[in-house]
Amino acid sequence: MDNLSVEHLIGIKDLTRRDIELILDTATSFKEVINRPIKKVPTLRDITIANLFFENSTRTKLSFELAEKRLSADVVNFSASGSSVKKGETLVDTVNNILSMKVDMVVMRHASPGAAKFLSDRINAKVINAGDGTHEHPTQALLDAYTIREKLGTLEGKKVVIVGDILHSRVALSNILCLQKLGAEVMVCGPTTLIPKHIGKLGVLVSHNLRAALEWCDVANMLRIQLERQDVKFFPSLREYSMLFGLDKNMLDSLSKEIVVMHPGPINRGVEITSDVADSKQSVILQQVENGVAVRMAVIYLLAAKIDRQ
Amino acid sequence: MHECIIPLSLLSMDKQVILHPKQVELTINRLCYQLIENHNQFENTVLIGLQPRGIHVVTRLKKRLEEILKKEIKCGNLDITFYRDDFRRRERPLIPSATNIDFSIENKRIVLIDDVLFTGRTIRSGLDALLAYGRPKNVELLCMIDRRFKRHLPIQADYVGKTVDSLVSERVSVEWSEMEGIDQVLLYSVEANG
Repeated sequence: MDNLSVEHLIGIKDLTRRDIELILDTATSFKEVINRPIKKVPTLRDITIANLFFENSTRTKLSFELAEKRLSADVVNFSASGSSVKKGETLVDTVNNILSMKVDMVVMRHASPGAAKFLSDRINAKVINAGDGTHEHPTQALLDAYTIREKLGTLEGKKVVIVGDILHSRVALSNILCLQKLGAEVMVCGPTTLIPKHIGKLGVLVSHNLRAALEWCDVANMLRIQLERQDVKFFPSLREYSMLFGLDKNMLDSLSKEIVVMHPGPINRGVEITSDVADSKQSVILQQVENGVAVRMAVIYLLAAKIDRQ
Repeated sequence: MHECIIPLSLLSMDKQVILHPKQVELTINRLCYQLIENHNQFENTVLIGLQPRGIHVVTRLKKRLEEILKKEIKCGNLDITFYRDDFRRRERPLIPSATNIDFSIENKRIVLIDDVLFTGRTIRSGLDALLAYGRPKNVELLCMIDRRFKRHLPIQADYVGKTVDSLVSERVSVEWSEMEGIDQVLLYSVEANG
């Protein structure tokens, strides 16, 4: 029997290795639950959760909502478009208004790095960060770690390369921290312009050669080019990027060992990864989505256990 | 029941053997024949043990039943953590054990099995958890020890190893050779000067 060391899930940075392992172990039980004929347990029937999405999302929003509903929590959804945010209401005011309707937990995605931390310091509810700008996306990192552990048995000593737009990726930062805490070695690979200058300080290897990186790794996590966050051009053309850093079947088949291919979605088929790779047996992209629900159920369950009973 | 998880060594308690190894063996044997009386050849019957301690009772029953009937008896383990009624009423969240039911329970006769029946709350959770797997034909309850007169819910066992009258402050612990090194049932009571 154990407990998380944190009150909110803001980032992987705040978690201990024991916390991460507790979440992944609990997720294993929830994965069994979501594969039963009746995929629902009554555990959180007295908890209300608000999903606040100030930024677009398909997978994460659906995944959180399913996780909450399968735990029997009451769920309210909010998206910034069509809300009073457009009329000039501040974040804290918006959230406090929602909380006065007796909400116990908030799942938030926001375009500003640090938004989840800001909120958790000011409101009386558990906060789960579902992505804050280019900062962290902890539940994605946890589900990626869960998927690797499920596929390879352990993360200890495994080599993982994260390929693509590291500069704008919250998935990359959370993944690096999570994988390292679990004992994996991490390399980032991409064009010089899309790799943060001081990333070496995190203790990761850096490569600008996709083939060399893939030969080194056990797992390749292919990231999307986040054009919506790029205000200037970071590389000459998508075609050139795809030729240098896109993973195709020929490249995958020519490697000296079989690697696991991951992608946090949404995929831009033909840019960072070709269709035949995305749909190949080495790809675990759909398992990642399934595991996402189980991992989020585990996070919500463990944080909900810390909510005071009035 | 979860009372066995409490670190008994930390409490100043007096212990008394309720069932010694030979009696445990005889009790398991009797329970098997009582089950056979009602379930004949176990054509449509499965045993489901509640995690974490009920599964040891299932292991013993299965072994003995298979010796007597000379056929395989279907068994499963059921974890009830997510169905408990004391979530957020404890210091720490309960960490679940594995559920392992690799067959359909639809229209089956189920014997739900635990080591100690006390308040009945665990069994209530077990029934809810079980129904998530389908609609059984009927469900019966078997427990090694029935601590009667201490029920919080109207739940009774169909098969009982031994009935014990005990105080709420006392603890009953069913021990198994694979876990504690010996098959026995102990009653721990708080010493008067403790």
